[in-house]
This record gives sequence, C-alpha cells and structure tokens, in this order.
Amino acid sequence: MAEIAHGGPAATPMRPPAIEIGVAGWVRKNLFNGVWNSLLTIVAGYVLLTTVPGLLDWAIFRAVWSADTSAPCKVEGAGACWAFIADKHRLIFFGTYPYVEQWRPLLATGILLVLIVGSCDRRFWNRSLMIYWAVGLVLVAVLMWGGVFGLTYVSNLDWGGLPLTLIMAVVGCVFAFPIGLVLALGRRSHMPIIRWLSVSYIELIRGVPLITVLITASVIFPLFLPAGVSIDKLLRAQVGLILFEAAYIAEIVRGGLQAVPRGQHEAADSLGLSFFQKQRKIVLPQALRMVIPPLVGNFIGLFKSTTLVIVIGLFDLLNSAKAALTDLNWRGFSIELYIFTAAIYFIFCYSMSKYSQALERDLNKGTRR
Amino acid sequence: MAVQYGGRPAQGARWRLSWNDRNVRAIVYQALALLAVLAGVWYFIDNTLDNLARLGLASGFGFMDREAAFPIGESLIDYTPADTYARALLVGIVNTLYVSAIGILLATVAGTIIGIARLSQNWLIAKLASVYVELMRNTPLLLQLFFWYMIFLELLPGARQALQPIPDVFLSNRGMRFPVPVAAQGWTLLLAGAVLGLVATMVTANWARRRQEATGQQFPIAWTGLGLIVGLGALGWLVGGAPTALDRPVMRGFNFAGGVEVSPEFVALLLGLVTYTAAFIAEIVRGGILAISQGQTEAAYALGLRRGMVLRLVILPQALRVIIPPMTSQYLNLTKNSSLAVAIGFPDLVHLANTAINQTGQAIEGIAIIMAVYLTISLSISLFMNWYNRRVALVER
Repeated sequence: MAEIAHGGPAATPMRPPAIEIGVAGWVRKNLFNGVWNSLLTIVAGYVLLTTVPGLLDWAIFRAVWSADTSAPCKVEGAGACWAFIADKHRLIFFGTYPYVEQWRPLLATGILLVLIVGSCDRRFWNRSLMIYWAVGLVLVAVLMWGGVFGLTYVSNLDWGGLPLTLIMAVVGCVFAFPIGLVLALGRRSHMPIIRWLSVSYIELIRGVPLITVLITASVIFPLFLPAGVSIDKLLRAQVGLILFEAAYIAEIVRGGLQAVPRGQHEAADSLGLSFFQKQRKIVLPQALRMVIPPLVGNFIGLFKSTTLVIVIGLFDLLNSAKAALTDLNWRGFSIELYIFTAAIYFIFCYSMSKYSQALERDLNKGTRR
Repeated sequence: MAVQYGGRPAQGARWRLSWNDRNVRAIVYQALALLAVLAGVWYFIDNTLDNLARLGLASGFGFMDREAAFPIGESLIDYTPADTYARALLVGIVNTLYVSAIGILLATVAGTIIGIARLSQNWLIAKLASVYVELMRNTPLLLQLFFWYMIFLELLPGARQALQPIPDVFLSNRGMRFPVPVAAQGWTLLLAGAVLGLVATMVTANWARRRQEATGQQFPIAWTGLGLIVGLGALGWLVGGAPTALDRPVMRGFNFAGGVEVSPEFVALLLGLVTYTAAFIAEIVRGGILAISQGQTEAAYALGLRRGMVLRLVILPQALRVIIPPMTSQYLNLTKNSSLAVAIGFPDLVHLANTAINQTGQAIEGIAIIMAVYLTISLSISLFMNWYNRRVALVER
C-alpha cells in the first residue's frame, strides 16, 4: 500500500504487538479482556478442571467395556459399566420383539433412516419422493408385522425400542400433516362455521398436555367404538399422537399462509382460478416453503414427545431402556443407561436441528439482502 | 358473507339460487361440514352411552362427593384419605399450579442468565452456555426427569448419611430438607413493612415520572425504592423483637425432625422442568437481544446515556417485544409439561385424576376435568401475557 501513501517516505509496515495476534492474542481477546471476564474465565476454568478429568476417567479410562456379569463393574474403583449396555443392547434397541426375528426391526429402522436422510437432500424433493415414502412405509409394515412371504406374524404389542419410536414419530408426522393443512386452511377460511370449527379444535388440543390426549386415546377411544370393535393400544396411541400433532402443524402452516402477500391471492383470483387451484398452484407452494424449517423443529419435538407413550405402557426406546434396569443381575447402573439413551436421542435431534438451521439459511438465500 | 367480490353489486342485488353463486356454495359447504361433525359426535356419543350401559359404568359427576380413600404424598392444603374426590383433585390443581409457578419463575431467571451468557464476549462462557442449551433441548424431558429422579433415589445416601452442601440443608434419598424461620411477630411485621415499602415506592415512582415529564428533573427512584422496601422491612423486623430463631432440621432416630422437607419427586420435577425450559428461554432471550440492531445501541450511546440506561431505556423495551410472544408459549409448555409428574409419581392434577379414574372407572369425567383445568390455566396465562404484550407493544399509528 506504500504507493498510495501521500507524501513522506513510505511507511514500513510494523508487526502488531505479539500480545494481539496468535494464540496469546486470541486468549487475551476472548478470555481475559477485562477484570470481569478474567474472573469468569478463571472460575469456569477451575470448575471444568475439577470435574472434566474425573468424568473422563469414570466414563472412559476406568470404564468396564465388556463383561458377562456385573462383578467387574462392582469392583472398588471401577468406572462406568458400559458392559451393561453391551449386554442389554438388543433389549434397548428392539424391546420385546422376538429375539430371533430382530433383524426385521433392524432392517425397518434402516429403511426409515434412509428415507429420512434421503428426504433431507433437496435434489430428491419431487413427486417421486412420495412414492419412495409409500413403498418404504409399506416395506416397514411388512417387516414389522410379517405374516406374509414366510415371515412369522408379530403382534404390534410386541414392537418396541428404536423402531417403535421412529415409526410413531414418522407416521405421526406423515398423517398429521394433511389434517394440519386442512385445519390451517379452515382457520383462514371466510366461512364462519368452518373457521370456528378449526379454531376450536386447534385451541382445544393446544391447550391441553399431550399426556391427557394419550390417556384419552388409551381409555376413552375404546368407549367411542361400537361394541365388538376394538383397536389395539399402539394404534390408539398413534391416533392420539396424530390428532395432537395436527393442531400444532396447523398453526405452523397458518404462519406460512399469513406470510404469503395479499397480492398473490388477488392475482390468482384475477386469473379466475378456483379455490383449490389457487391454493395448490399459488399459495401453498410459497407458504409451505417458508414453514419447512419450523416443521422440522416440530418433528424434533414430536420425536422427543413419543417418550410419553410410556405412560400408557408402550415400550418405546426410553421404556425399553428402563426395562433393562429391572434385571436383578445388573442393578445400580442407571446412570450409564440414561446417558446412553440420551445420547441416541441427542444424535437424532441435534442432527435434525442442525439440518433445519442449514436449510433455513439455504431457503433464505434468494430473499436475503 | 362479509366478503364482497368485485363486479357484483352487494346491496339490493337479486339473490340467485345457483351453484355458481359463491355465497350459496359457502352455505352448502358449511352446512355439510357442520352436519359431518355433528354426525361424528352423535355416533361417538351413542356408542359411548351403549358401552357405558353394557359395562355397567356410572356417569356424571356424582363421584366427586364420595370419599377418595387414597393418601396423597404431599399437599399444600389439608387433605386426608377421608376427604372427597373433589378435594383430592383440588390438591392436584394446587400442586400443579405450585410447581408451575415456581418453575416459571426459576426458568425465566436461569434462562435469561444462560441466554446472555451465550452472547458473552468470553469464549469459554459462551461455549459452555451453548453446550448446555444443545444438550437440554435435544433430549426428551421425560428422560431428564427420570435421570434427576434416579439421582435422588439411587445416588443420594439415606437420611442418616445425608449430604450437607450448605450448612443445615440436607440432601438424601428422602428429599431435600432446609431450615425455615420459626413463626414470630417480627417476620410478619417484616413482610408488612416490605409491602408498605413497595406501595410507597409505587406512589413515589408515579410522582417522579410525572415530575420528570413536567420539569425534566430526575429522581433516583431505584435507590429510594430499595431503601423504602428494605428499610421499612427491617424496621418491622426490629419492632417485632428481631427474631432470629430458625427451625433447623435435626437427626432424630432414622429421619429428620424440624425444618421443611420437599420430596424427591417434587425436586426432580422442578429441576427437570426448570433446566429444560431454561434452555428454550435462553434461546428466546438471545434471539430477542440479537434482533435489536447495533445502531440502536450506538445511537443511545451517542445521546450520552450510560450503559445501564442504554439497556433499560433502549435495548430491553425493544427486545421484550420480540421475546414476549415466544416466552408465553414456553410458560404454557412448562405448565403443560408439569403433567409429566405422573411418570415419576408427583401428585399433580393428572396423576390424581388418573388415580380417580382407575378407582371409579369414570374416565370421561376425569379427563374432562383435567382438560377443563388445563384449558383454564392456558387461557389465563395467554390472557395475562397478551395484556402484558399490549403494554410493551410498539404504539403504531
């Protein structure tokens, strides 16, 4: 830059003081800029130094990784008993599904994961995705239930573990979406009765905890059906989840609908499009695009909420894990179990939330100034 | 129909009974929808009545006056198993409100601190806060509740070897026990003095505001208020004989006597609700602060305001507008999530109503009560927060 300096000899560039660059500079700028921050750093650093090594020691260095009995874990000074998880992993992942048939839920879980991960890629966002999903869900149903192609029939009362959690979340979302869409359109309708019905449903469901909906599904649904007709516990819980989720999806979609400018509606009207043509070709494509990130967030919530089915006695991932605690040979390793289960939930939810953030940035690219 | 469509005279037009008329179609659609809903409801009610008659189940709210005959672990109001179901459910409502109210208060404080910590210039603090938020938000609340409850039941020692993190506060698998002041006139007077101070502060603040608007002169209302509340409170305490006696927990035999005990269920539930909701509130607070453009801060400094005034007069009033609507839904979530108490055995409304349902078989009435109570709570919180939101909202033309 010496050429553009005005007058005088060209200034020789001076290196900044060593304390302002490199590691020292970073530490000074981010950890010790001022008395208050230095104090905070020292306190936080002290707490970390006193806890983290002990935790690592417990969780990794002194941990028992494999053992057939709990004896090595009960030795004085033994760390985390991961051998317990290793011994019980089939129960945790698949619940009470018949032991020899557990390759089927494993495969079903794989299919669901491929579908979910595949749907995250925007290259696949087209009509054929729906076909893949339909085929995938049928495959999952065939694998889980069996009864055809030489597979033995497994009652859905024996389903459990991770596949059950995934199925409940995925099916809940897939079926709740169309209902939510209709409710959202209904809430914005010009027709007072339709609007009133939608608002009542949405506010009623959103005002009560999921647990009450699940208890309703478990004890009151059977009373609603004619004598002799009965649907099993899992299906009732699933219906409860769908009805609950629909109200929340409706509110998210409504947010998207409200964000579509009025001019778009008027333009569609002036083209002479019918209500459904207008919604399908003009309004919904714009509205739904905007609400994809909050819908992913909502799915994370649903994924976490499926744990509540424990209250009506279904064996989802969390309840299957808790079932492992009842083994008298492995008592007293609840912490390891809860950490392991939490890690599974965390991996799913964290990756989905990171994806939703990336997607939001991506979708906003066109409109961001 | 209120909506008018261009081109067609709205008033005095001939009303054609034709499928091409938008209003005719609207009426038909609505009639059909209403009919479908009513038919569905009628079908379910009919089935239900049939089933109730077939199973010999009673209906109606008559059971509310009968004896509940089950004990409740903890209650803020007097209750014995000889009391009625109505009273038992009232205990549940009070417990739900109690845990929710404390939870909302603590979660707001913790969440605000963590949210600000995430924005800290201190890298270590910001990272720690992020790790906390991500861990809490991405694992199910129920799992966290089980975790906290397990820590109480399995990791804490029995009452005889109770941990003592702070002198006179005991943690054991029976719950938490802490000292409380012995009831004395001095404490009552302290409270009365503080309330009096609060009223005096509000009156003074009103006067100070009007004076500043009229003359521009400021009055140190914060310090005056603090002085009034603390001073009058201390005065009341002194007049009442300056009591210092504490009811301390003491080991007697196998358990503690004295002090106040809260159950492991309550502590686990409260801890779970607060730590979980605080993570969400932290994100809301962070978002609210980030939503205020840097220019606002710079402009405020350029006017010569001090740091505290910038925060109080410029940043917070604007951030609150962004924060309050999502905060309302977090408060509602916390209240609704308190129903997870049923999984760890804290006697909240859902838990006790569930017990009542199991004992009487009257599921419909039980669930109707739960839903009615939650809807009332949700509606009240919404109304209050909407009122508060209107107060802080931007006044537009």
